[in-house]
Amino acid sequence: MIAIVDYGVGNLKSVNKAFQYLGFQSLITSDPKEIDKSDAIVLPGVGAFKDAMEQLKKNDLAQCIKENVGKKKLILGICLGMQLLYEKSYEDGEWEGLGLLKGEIVKFNSQLKIPHMGWNKLSKRFDDDLGRGIEDGEYVYFVHSYYLDTHAKDDILFNTQYDVDVPAVVRNGNIIGMQFHPEKSGGTGLKLLRNFGELIK
Amino acid sequence: MIAKRIIPCLDVDAGRVVKGKKFQDLSDVNDPVTLAKYYNDEGADELVFYDITATSEKRDIFLQIVEQTAESVYIPLTIGGGIRTVEDFKRVLRAGADKVSVNSAAVIDPQLITAAALKFGRQCVVLSMDVKRNEDKGCTIYTHGGRINTGIDALEWAVKGESLGAGEIVVNCIDTDGIRNGYDLEITRKISEEVRVPVIASGGAGKSEDFYQVLQHGKADAALAASVFHYGDIRIRELKSYLDNKGIHVRRC
Repeated sequence: MIAIVDYGVGNLKSVNKAFQYLGFQSLITSDPKEIDKSDAIVLPGVGAFKDAMEQLKKNDLAQCIKENVGKKKLILGICLGMQLLYEKSYEDGEWEGLGLLKGEIVKFNSQLKIPHMGWNKLSKRFDDDLGRGIEDGEYVYFVHSYYLDTHAKDDILFNTQYDVDVPAVVRNGNIIGMQFHPEKSGGTGLKLLRNFGELIK
Repeated sequence: MIAKRIIPCLDVDAGRVVKGKKFQDLSDVNDPVTLAKYYNDEGADELVFYDITATSEKRDIFLQIVEQTAESVYIPLTIGGGIRTVEDFKRVLRAGADKVSVNSAAVIDPQLITAAALKFGRQCVVLSMDVKRNEDKGCTIYTHGGRINTGIDALEWAVKGESLGAGEIVVNCIDTDGIRNGYDLEITRKISEEVRVPVIASGGAGKSEDFYQVLQHGKADAALAASVFHYGDIRIRELKSYLDNKGIHVRRC
């Protein structure tokens, strides 16, 4: 069972339906007990970093997620959900994240249009089971104004180009993040979600 | 770099897809969910559903259609038509929409754009404008399906819309809509050069070259069309291959 964490933000239905379409069992929940019982966690997210962290803390979800990840349970952070996995974000201030991975979330400093919104290309950095069947240059759908800045370059499986190298898919063992919306990225997004689901043993 | 987008638009009345010719003469074409899946498979980059249902009691049918569509396609879905309040935004976003477009209501109450952008993020607020050329070589904003001339200058409205919080602007040209003789390149380009948010061209697609023209010379970030896709005159897959060959950056899948 894949637990999709509901903490009052965004549209979780698409992620849930995508997993079910792919043949995985999933549910949307805000109950720490359900998350403890699950085989994998999905942390979605749309909106502001600060609000999201407050919601996670308020509902004891932050602690629950940290404990489960500590026990090597798989977690996938999507969009803001990926950013929340990191130590800190500079979105309208300076806010502490879950700190499961090393790195900071910083604002685009670019002449290009912000948010970085639309279909952009993935470029592969490392082979990994998570990226199985994904060719260099496949497109995925992004919507974000901040991006990951990290020294942990070995965690970055795919980048995308938007003036700078934007980490698009990251993985450090059981901890996975996708900066784009796989549930809105057509066939490529579904392949990535399937690969994630298949990592569950 | 971000790919230029091809967006089929579906006008939905009481749960069925229709296509207007100059906003009149509606004829029933197909089932929205089936059509959405078809376009998804063809390589559409996004879908727009436009609710033209006149009676409020039939509005719930539309929300069900949005829900069913969001459950069966995995590309962004934009909803428009009859959006007047922040509460309306919330209803369609809950049903599974990724973006919401406002037209007449934003002209009547521009603060709606700001309120929605603050609550849901500017990335999901799309300002759709119906523009018509006037005798002074400019363009004017029309509302209520092209029936009311507001006298507002189109360029000014686009700039204001962006500053109020719109994350994207749809420029629908009334003069070219339904004629299938090409988009209005000049108006599209002028607006695109004036704002920093993506501009979606609408109204007038008849052949593949029209898409090339508006994406290249009209400087649009995306091109929206309805009937050429619904009637099968242009296949999205072939259109994208054509655009790719002409050097336009599009998503191939």
